[in-house]
Amino acid sequence: MSLKKVSKEQPDKFEFSDENLDLAKKVVLNYPTGKKKSAVMALLYLAQKQNNNWIPLAAMKYIAKYLEISYINVYEVATFYSMYNLAPVGKYFIQICTTTPCMIRGAYKLVDVCKKNISEKENELSGNKNCSWTEVECLGACISAPMAQINDDYYEDLNTKQFESIVKDILKDKKPKAGSYRGRVNSEPEKNRQTLLETKNA
Amino acid sequence: MLKVKVNDIDIEVEEGLTVLQACELAGAEIPRFCYHEKLSIAGNCRMCLVEIEKSRKPVASCAMPVTEGMNIKTNTKLVEKARKGVMEFLLANHPLDCPVCDQGGECDLQDQSMFYGIDKSRFKENKRFVPEKYMGPLIKTQMTRCIHCTRCVRFATEVAGVPEIGAIGRGEDMQITTYLEKAMESELSANVIDLCPVGALTSKPYVFEARPWELKKTETIDVMDAVGSNIRVDTYGWEVKRILPKINEDINEEWISDKTRFACDGLKYQRLDVPYVKKENNFYKISWTEALKILKNKINSTNPEKIAGLTGDLTNMETLFACKELFQKVLKSKDLESREKNTYINLNSRKNYLFNSEIKGIEKSDLILLIGTNPRYEATMLNARIRKSFLKNNTEIFSLGDLGDLTYPYKVLSNSTEEVKKIIENNSDISKRIKNAKYPLVIFGESALTLNSSKYMFEGFKKFLNENNKINEEWNSLNIIHSNASTVGSFDLDIVSKTNDTLEKIDNNFFELIFLIGRDNFSFTKKNEFIVYIGSHGDKGAEMADLILPGAAFTEQDGYFTNLEGKLQMAFKASYPPGEAKEDWVIINEIFKLVHNDILFKDKNELVSAMHNYLSFSRKNELSNLFKEEYISEKIFTLPIDYYHSNVIARSSKTMNECRNIRTKLKKTGTEG
Repeated sequence: MSLKKVSKEQPDKFEFSDENLDLAKKVVLNYPTGKKKSAVMALLYLAQKQNNNWIPLAAMKYIAKYLEISYINVYEVATFYSMYNLAPVGKYFIQICTTTPCMIRGAYKLVDVCKKNISEKENELSGNKNCSWTEVECLGACISAPMAQINDDYYEDLNTKQFESIVKDILKDKKPKAGSYRGRVNSEPEKNRQTLLETKNA
Repeated sequence: MLKVKVNDIDIEVEEGLTVLQACELAGAEIPRFCYHEKLSIAGNCRMCLVEIEKSRKPVASCAMPVTEGMNIKTNTKLVEKARKGVMEFLLANHPLDCPVCDQGGECDLQDQSMFYGIDKSRFKENKRFVPEKYMGPLIKTQMTRCIHCTRCVRFATEVAGVPEIGAIGRGEDMQITTYLEKAMESELSANVIDLCPVGALTSKPYVFEARPWELKKTETIDVMDAVGSNIRVDTYGWEVKRILPKINEDINEEWISDKTRFACDGLKYQRLDVPYVKKENNFYKISWTEALKILKNKINSTNPEKIAGLTGDLTNMETLFACKELFQKVLKSKDLESREKNTYINLNSRKNYLFNSEIKGIEKSDLILLIGTNPRYEATMLNARIRKSFLKNNTEIFSLGDLGDLTYPYKVLSNSTEEVKKIIENNSDISKRIKNAKYPLVIFGESALTLNSSKYMFEGFKKFLNENNKINEEWNSLNIIHSNASTVGSFDLDIVSKTNDTLEKIDNNFFELIFLIGRDNFSFTKKNEFIVYIGSHGDKGAEMADLILPGAAFTEQDGYFTNLEGKLQMAFKASYPPGEAKEDWVIINEIFKLVHNDILFKDKNELVSAMHNYLSFSRKNELSNLFKEEYISEKIFTLPIDYYHSNVIARSSKTMNECRNIRTKLKKTGTEG
């Protein structure tokens, strides 16, 4: 993992939408009085969601003021965790798992699809600026490898062709169906159960 | 008390101590990087590992509290191995650039790797590189050398009260930086240089100047403000290379302000090294004999009533005393003044112009009221104590008028004399709080004492505090912050004009001969006066002078100063005056000899003992009667201080100029919000 570079192009202003402001108030209430700085991670996540998957500096300042802590405290947290994006990643942010199980099942072929269709390099916006991709470590869906995460959804059991059509849909701002692309429900076995047949509720 | 064993030695230690402190009490030395007595415990460098019986793993002693019956071992094979291991990891990514590193010779990592490290590196991979970070004009960074002890981060957050430094990223990519690489907005920022155990943060003005073993070290005191911080002056030949803090728990603890530390390059520039005389608006070099001849003629031809003297903000007490004797015995003039404005001062007792609660006493206070003072700029180290008190006791702090960021929260009261009237007449919530507080502090600044109702406020408060038993043997709540190093000394020596009109008469151009003894802060316009300037720097005073007699700066002569608490301290001679310049008291002595054909003092010892005699002799001064005690409704403004330009040395310093430029720009663009 490399240090995430803070984007050079920054918006001047950031404010929570009314909806997120309500949510933020609720989050702060989860913590004892006087300890509201504990809400910093949740608020950063809200800000990231609101701002097309990335956190501008203005948002960090806004959160620091909201929680009455110093800017550097928020900045430290935002740079520490890899799931906070500090530069624009597009409306659709594709994370391809390339840890061993996925790699064996062909994750790098998915990477090639991204290189061809989205951008040559990781963390670079596509031509129409609504999409970018990155390689990540295990996303915990090894049973349906190879897989990719697009925003909040998992796309599993992919092959090159399917993934290419997903990417193309996304580039056209269409959101394809999430889940397994071999017709499985969650992580059920493909051709019915093979083991523990005697147990009813296994 | 807890009984513990350290290396088979039985000792008893207080409860609440850490294992590291217990080991130190037992005389066992523990290496450390992140642990620092004055900062919170982080426990992240792992250098202080020790073995504790019944603990399977070595324990970080700095973060482990002592418990009853602990058997601590610091000299076993396990400890040695642990230390070697930690050191090897620390050095894995530390560059081997000691020959070009400014920390060399006083580097904790260098020293400790000699004692506890191994002689070879097994690390074959590339070392990590971290780009340099901008931290302002005072701190040079070389972040590849950083070992992430986070002392600087803790110092900025805890002591300085400006949480601007932090650690971003994680793991191998962790980097220490200021928020978006801005200069640290603190007057204590440069203390992180001393705290840094490696060469990651070093002094920018001192870069590649000298090695620590080449320097002559003189332990002395600082004169940039009235606090009298204890410092160590490092000189190389004549030149003062750098100034470092010296520990004094009663005054500055281990810190000093940036002005104290970095104004020292002002001792090199703008110096007066030969006497000058002004002819047709040009200065010409002359010899001492010629200069004194001119002065003698001038003194002889002037009516004593028309002679006045102003003493300066950096003048030591010996010089002040010699001046006093000169004016009394030879010049027969009564107009010798040390104050810069007609501030109200009650010289009947020393307690009326001191910081009576003492700097150490701030730590136990539970209520602080600031009247017309901004301690952050007027007495930086004292402000750090107030912050410490706030962190420790959650002290309530009130100020008449908004002062901006003081590094701790405070409540703003209306900045009018009515507010004071209400408090001392017992009609305010604050009066109740002061009464209920055990150790309240009322702090007056010089700005408040220049007002028309200053006597009313000061004496009123004194009466109020006396009535409520807040001024007694044990605790005295009444305090004044003076902003100049010489002020309290001058008051002790009674150097104020008895008629309280000298400054006014100077403004009205009444005098014919004016002596400026190291005085550069004044506001009169010259007409036909003949002005003699005795001092070290070519500044405002020298510019206006007709005759310049070059003197010495505080590092170039031994001299007493009394700090704002009334502590008499000596500034020692670390260097010598440049060129033909002489120590200040010698010049005064020569003027005396010139006019009187007799010497005033045989040598320095005679002067010092005469001065001590004078100081021990109690006097009564009726000056305060000349002020009217009346209540006038007016606003109390805390006069802004040009912090980085407050005296001649700071004004001549390039570093201070740079700091000032950066600070004013910061304020203009408003990037701080």
